[in-house]
Amino acid sequence: MDTLYAIFIGPFVAMASDPANFATVLIGGLLSGVLYSLVALGFVLIYKASGVFNFAQGTMVLFAALNFAGCIDSGAGIWGALLVTVVVMIVLAYAAERLVLRPLVNQEQIILFMATIGITYFLRGLGQIVWGGDVRPLDVGLSGGPIFIGNILIQSLDLLAALVAGSLVAALAIFFQKTRVGRALRAVADDHQAALSVGIPLRSIWVIVWIAAGLVALVAGIMWGSTLGSVQFSIEQVALRALPVLILGGFTSIPGAIVGGLIVGSTEKIAEFYWGPVTGGAMEDWFAYMLALVFLLFRPQGLFGERIIERV
Amino acid sequence: MLYREAGQFKTSYEADQAIFPIRQDRIFIVLGLLIAYAGIPLFASQAGAAYWLGPIMLPFLIYALAALGLNILTGYAGQVSLGTGGFMAVGAFATYKLATAFPGLNILLVFLLAGSITAAVGVLFGFPSLRIKGFYLSVATLASQFFLIWLFNRQPWFVNYTPSGVISAPPRAIAGDFFVTGAGSSPYYKYFFVLTLVVVLALAAKNLVRGRVGRAWMAIRDMDIAAEIIGIRPLRTKLLAFAISSFYCGLAGALWAFVYTSSIEALAFDIDISFSVLFMIIIGGLGSILGCFLGAAFITFLPLLLENLPPKLGFVIPVNLNTNIQQVVFGALIIFFLIVEPRGLARLWQIAKEKLRLWPFPY
Repeated sequence: MDTLYAIFIGPFVAMASDPANFATVLIGGLLSGVLYSLVALGFVLIYKASGVFNFAQGTMVLFAALNFAGCIDSGAGIWGALLVTVVVMIVLAYAAERLVLRPLVNQEQIILFMATIGITYFLRGLGQIVWGGDVRPLDVGLSGGPIFIGNILIQSLDLLAALVAGSLVAALAIFFQKTRVGRALRAVADDHQAALSVGIPLRSIWVIVWIAAGLVALVAGIMWGSTLGSVQFSIEQVALRALPVLILGGFTSIPGAIVGGLIVGSTEKIAEFYWGPVTGGAMEDWFAYMLALVFLLFRPQGLFGERIIERV
Repeated sequence: MLYREAGQFKTSYEADQAIFPIRQDRIFIVLGLLIAYAGIPLFASQAGAAYWLGPIMLPFLIYALAALGLNILTGYAGQVSLGTGGFMAVGAFATYKLATAFPGLNILLVFLLAGSITAAVGVLFGFPSLRIKGFYLSVATLASQFFLIWLFNRQPWFVNYTPSGVISAPPRAIAGDFFVTGAGSSPYYKYFFVLTLVVVLALAAKNLVRGRVGRAWMAIRDMDIAAEIIGIRPLRTKLLAFAISSFYCGLAGALWAFVYTSSIEALAFDIDISFSVLFMIIIGGLGSILGCFLGAAFITFLPLLLENLPPKLGFVIPVNLNTNIQQVVFGALIIFFLIVEPRGLARLWQIAKEKLRLWPFPY
């Protein structure tokens, strides 16, 4: 009986009796969800434009953050480090397109997926060879203590991360909707062959998408790094957390990545806070996946994904 | 010239349906078994049985078994799964619970029961595959991976309330003094036990995939709607694939924990192992039984080679740097192999056979 109470009734009583605390947990979850969204966004960009499920996105986040922190440590200054890392990510995008994607064009999706896992191993090793395996402190001056609004506690850094993510999404939306390249990107996402036939260069489009994903990874890496206070290998695990965000929102939808991130972030924090003590804790490890799994049973294409139409 | 079926006439229905219809294939299989049963143990008895049979051959065989399981699901039935590690953990913990709850039960029976329990769990996690397809499914199978590992890690019932959470495998004999589990048993016994299981199960899988069941799986893989229209029931076929695949994976997990490492811990079956097994079947060849063994050999032996080759050649590399270089080389090799032959090592073997058919003549 006690267990049943603790699972089905207790948490709700706790929520109702202390709404300010509930709001704190909820807002903390939403803001950390924004960071998941940032990682998921990189996945969506590449998937939309090339149909490649880029598993290396998480490692790209780590790689960018390592580069950034490493450059700062070598005395390049924040802006210098930013410049160097942007250049590195652009080179990486070119290399990925030239050495991996182009030879594998027209292969099945699973083969491309495995190739990106190959990239993952490569980058993970390379990052450590160049910058060492130690935890690097990262301080870009983004700090700030908690803010109280009424009784609700908010970390100002999380708020800043949300702002950055919001402006990034706005910038991407403008880029996709209003610019010439953005229109070409959407055309490629819709139909590769039709895009080719109207003269859109597929190769340069892929490079552009990988660069965009690399820059998103850089932003995500810096934000995660400053939230954690250092660049460490747990950042890579964030990619695994971003996968349920992806399927919740739909692989092909940018708003889906944002909404999915918010849902995953808030629900997993609430689950951990209220149900964690009953179930032994660390529910965050799997909660998002189970949520996404159950959700997919009802909507197999995710929240905003394109409807899956099958023809025989 | 060497590999030619000309002149081998089939005169009975049995010969027509034989599992290896070509004489050269049979010779090859017999040679392979001879090497596995006699050659390797003899070599190991000269070069150090504990090392060659233990940390080298056992993981290879067990990985090959897990790869067989995943290949049935992914290569034949077309359902991409990233939950292999979770299912292996189910096998390991089911074996532990059964072996401690019924100490008198023969260990072989315990292994098979644990495999069946894993099959049931696999069916449970296979249900979403009826609605979810492709990458959505592969991410959904990650749910099983993370949930199961968390379950075994956090719920003390599964480890019989051992405080440390790490448990050593109890020694069990298959008959008389033939101890196959536990840290103290002879590497030869362990090797022969695992080898026999793997050979029997590989033959079973080979037979399964060329029969009615395997054809149904392949039809579902190639186009599920079309398969449904010609009268293959997707529910039964997919769930059967999940069940049999999980049986193999569960058995592999049980062998891993009980025979190879002799300790049962959930973290040994984390997401990395799922990816390794997926690599094996893709590098070995999707939809090929031989490919499972080739892929498992590639993934198990390559890191050992990368670790031991530089010192042999006279390079002294610090351990840290070496593991990183290993990762870089590993990643690059995966990409290289995918580019050169996306259908895997098994396909290379097939091409080699085509060449042998003509060799040494030009045509």
